[in-house]
Amino acid sequence: MPEADRRLKVLIVDDEPGMRAGAERALEGFSVRLDEFGETVAFSVIPAATGGEALEAIRAAAPDLVLLDYKLPDMTGIDVLAAAPERPAFLTIMITAFASLDVAVAATKRGAFDFLAKPFTPEELRATVAKAARSVYLQRKAGALEEEKRQLRFNFVTVLAHELKAPLAAVEGYMHLMRERIKGPELAAYDQMIERSVVRIAGMRKLVMDLLDLTRLESGRKARAFEPVDLRRAASLAADAVAAAAEKGGVKVEVRAEPGLVLRADPGEVDMVLSNLLTNAVKYNRRGGSAALELTRTSPSSVLVRCSDTGIGMTPEEQAKLFGEFVRIKNEHTRAVDGSGLGLSILRRIARLYGGDVKVSSEYGKGTVFEVTLNDAAGGNSPAPEAPEGQHGRHHG
Amino acid sequence: MTNSEKIKVLVAEDDPDMLEQIKLYLEAEGYDIVTAAGQKEAEGLIKPGAFQAAVLDLMMENQDSGFVLSYRIKKMDPKVPVIIVTSVTRDTGHSFDKAQDPKSWIKADVIIHKELRFEQLKAALKRLLGAGEAHA
Repeated sequence: MPEADRRLKVLIVDDEPGMRAGAERALEGFSVRLDEFGETVAFSVIPAATGGEALEAIRAAAPDLVLLDYKLPDMTGIDVLAAAPERPAFLTIMITAFASLDVAVAATKRGAFDFLAKPFTPEELRATVAKAARSVYLQRKAGALEEEKRQLRFNFVTVLAHELKAPLAAVEGYMHLMRERIKGPELAAYDQMIERSVVRIAGMRKLVMDLLDLTRLESGRKARAFEPVDLRRAASLAADAVAAAAEKGGVKVEVRAEPGLVLRADPGEVDMVLSNLLTNAVKYNRRGGSAALELTRTSPSSVLVRCSDTGIGMTPEEQAKLFGEFVRIKNEHTRAVDGSGLGLSILRRIARLYGGDVKVSSEYGKGTVFEVTLNDAAGGNSPAPEAPEGQHGRHHG
Repeated sequence: MTNSEKIKVLVAEDDPDMLEQIKLYLEAEGYDIVTAAGQKEAEGLIKPGAFQAAVLDLMMENQDSGFVLSYRIKKMDPKVPVIIVTSVTRDTGHSFDKAQDPKSWIKADVIIHKELRFEQLKAALKRLLGAGEAHA
């Protein structure tokens, strides 16, 4: 007999002492190996002779399983189920006489999990209990997953709120300072405060926009329109979009793509990938540095997008944190850098929709290289994102 | 009050706008402000006599930047009042208070939770500096 990892409490409700004793004997020393959970479960039995005793035991002992006779001296098994508290949850196995289909239907409506028809053998009892034990485990596992999802969601919203609060506080603070005329009556004295407020508000707008993009991608609700996308053209458009920031930061931007490089994709998603890569390469750079976007065909249906910069680079610790939502690497070089912290989450999400992924290699103080692989999208226009060849299902989490 | 008599306050805050605003408010109160844009920069400024009080943001490069700085300042001179500003308890549900009295190990004199209110900060500084002078 293997050592039990856990004991489930089984409440046996029957007015016949022989039945209670028989069930107790049948479960004594009985254990079930649940291979999918890597655990062995044994059982401890709590007897009850009446509906009243059963309800008492459910409240006091919180059983995992209840073996419940339908005909009890003070009430029916259905009445017990109706009167029992909803939590903690237990599984019910109704014990009924032959041919009482009505009872079975009523009990199922009240949430009975299974039935045992009287008379039953110890083997039948064990088989039914083993099935119920597996179900108890499955339910608990599902509950734990649900809880984990709730926690993730809570964390996301918490960090999001924090990310919005910081710029709000900054703008609000400047408003108060201006109202107090802290720098005197001249409007020009407040130019810097106004400029900084505009910058922080733009940051909030970007965060909200990125959040919408990410939410649409995650939900799978965004209508995607696939068409052949000229990547050379898309890359030069993305480069144009960062030209002003690059000039301001003194960063040279280069685009290299062979002519006729076409990917079947949603043009908006391609632009999000290329723009995110270039924006990061320009932002996390230094005066006199450069950023290069190279696109090459690696197979008839796939493309490699490589974005390298001579920027500030990242330490291994910083790289490990990189793909977390709202993560912006904070060090003395990045103080002036703003962003939503969602760009790379978006990038990776899109890459995976195209059956690809994002790889990063970086050296602190030298620069960073991002490599994104994208495959042709399969099929026609799709209402919901589906990865090509179904290698990557929808992401839940 | 001449310039040399002004009380010097170290303000460490990694949000450039918050740093600027705290500086403006405290300067208007007559303090001389030494700014640090992060933990590392602030560490370089911790020297005897460099400042008479410190206002530190909790989360800068690290989650506990403010605590680390406070510890160093108090080790250098336990009489320098330290105010740590944080909204972390409200935002994350983390609690410093549950496990133990935070001040016993953080060694800060005041921890301002929630959103920073400048009035609150001014009052705390005034109170702590007043107490410091009484001891001296």
